Amino acid sequence: MDDLSDVYNELIMEHSMNSYNKKKLEKADLSEIGHNPNCGDEITLEVKLDGNKIQDMAFIGHGCAISQASTSIMIDTLKGKTIEEAKEIIKTFIEMIKRETTDEEQLKKLEDAIAFRNVANMPARVKCALLAWHTIEDMLEKNK
Amino acid sequence: MDIKEIKKDFPILQNNNIAYLDSGATTQKPMQVIKAVEEFYEKYNANPHRGAYTLSMEATEIYENTRTKIAKFINAKHREEIIFSKNATESLNLIAYSYGMDNLKKDDEIVLSIMEHHSNLVPWQKVSRVTGSKLNYMYINENFELSDEEIESKITDKTKIVGITHVSNVLGTINNVKKIIKYAHKKGSIVVVDASQSIPHMKIDVQDLDADFLVFSGHKMLAPLGIGILYGKKEILNKMNPFLMGGDMIEYVYEQETTFAPLPNKFEAGTQNVEGVVGLGAAIDYIENIGYDKIHELEKEVIQYAIQELSKLEYLTLYLTPNLENHSGVISFNIKGIHPHDVASILDLEGVCVRSGNHCAQPLMRFLGIDSTCRASFYFYNTKEDVTRLVKALNKAYDMFKKYIIK
Repeated sequence: MDDLSDVYNELIMEHSMNSYNKKKLEKADLSEIGHNPNCGDEITLEVKLDGNKIQDMAFIGHGCAISQASTSIMIDTLKGKTIEEAKEIIKTFIEMIKRETTDEEQLKKLEDAIAFRNVANMPARVKCALLAWHTIEDMLEKNK
Repeated sequence: MDIKEIKKDFPILQNNNIAYLDSGATTQKPMQVIKAVEEFYEKYNANPHRGAYTLSMEATEIYENTRTKIAKFINAKHREEIIFSKNATESLNLIAYSYGMDNLKKDDEIVLSIMEHHSNLVPWQKVSRVTGSKLNYMYINENFELSDEEIESKITDKTKIVGITHVSNVLGTINNVKKIIKYAHKKGSIVVVDASQSIPHMKIDVQDLDADFLVFSGHKMLAPLGIGILYGKKEILNKMNPFLMGGDMIEYVYEQETTFAPLPNKFEAGTQNVEGVVGLGAAIDYIENIGYDKIHELEKEVIQYAIQELSKLEYLTLYLTPNLENHSGVISFNIKGIHPHDVASILDLEGVCVRSGNHCAQPLMRFLGIDSTCRASFYFYNTKEDVTRLVKALNKAYDMFKKYIIK
């Protein structure tokens, strides 16, 4: 990592500072708290389902630019997807951050969330990028 | 003594082009400490207190001589008042379990400062829960200091234990522990002093302070990781039950019962971290060779410069007492609108090592109404150039983020 703008790019910065996804949902079906005890970052994710589909999603909480942007962009990416599609995207995102996949075809399905690919080069920040994704993973697992 | 010459003693500072500003977390190690550990393994390694052969005797001698050296270093009355542990955390757990659990009862009070590190806080929560004693806190004023009124209103006739950090690892506030101890003793309470952040920077005299217990970690004062010290007054330690059971802490072991060894072995179960003890001995030699007066002088110059330069940055909030004679070692700060982890990442890319987060002091963060801070912490090997690099990197972070910061 030698260029900061690889990580703190325009898209990430915009989402981190003023996210339209940062709000309470009127009526949420699922809610889950994600927390990084070492750094104090905390988010509450809310999901509204329509059958097998993620109809709406939002978050509240606080944390660093990377954790906040990652949560917001995740919401944009997963909204409207079926739970099965969402799980596949979540798996791919985690693999990308952990450098377990670099397959461009596979990474395409991440849409905007691909903006986080360079976080893989910043080991100290991996947990920030993954907070929301692990939280939704747990949430969907519990809702099986 | 030239600061450039001092820096040459620290190989890691020669091998990396960094401004290391995280000595509050752990200090770097001088060649003299590294060599002492190496020499121990090359010439003297054996299990102390075990063998009747020369090598084991030599290992025992090194181990026990270091105990005497540490006793002198903090002016303990008796060498057996020095107990080796893993770190300050283990020392504090030993006190909580072996003293706190056995001596506190329902309606007794434990009083801590809100500045305590989790290690001098979480064990006391456990003691409070098990014994039914009450846990009360002394809060800081707008100068990030404990006022006399606060101390005297919280330490009462019901108080049996006061836990106080000598220097806050977040704020750098130096607490007047001598005064607190005097007051607590008047009220019939014992006092546990966490000297982890003070002993690297200032002379500790346990008899002058009249501390009942005092703990610190070696690794924050040039020694290797994994060695810590518990000092306790002999008459108190003698009455306490052992903490960990096992080899070397016993006298007679029968099938159903055991009698325990006298101090200090009673509290040193199992084979100890002898290389850590050797390294700590060498670290003390190193500190004494420079001298606390010189250490203070070197640090004062750099820290005052840092405060002066950081105060010029209008986007920065400093969490610092204005009474600089009550301040040591660490400077916590935040850039308004930017999360400390993002700041630390940007600083890292500029070769500036600071810590970000809650610094194992969540109750203090909550009291201050913040989640986390960045913390630059200093030792005598830091220079004004390190400060210049810090300021430059902070300006870079601010420039990068400013157009996105919501005013």
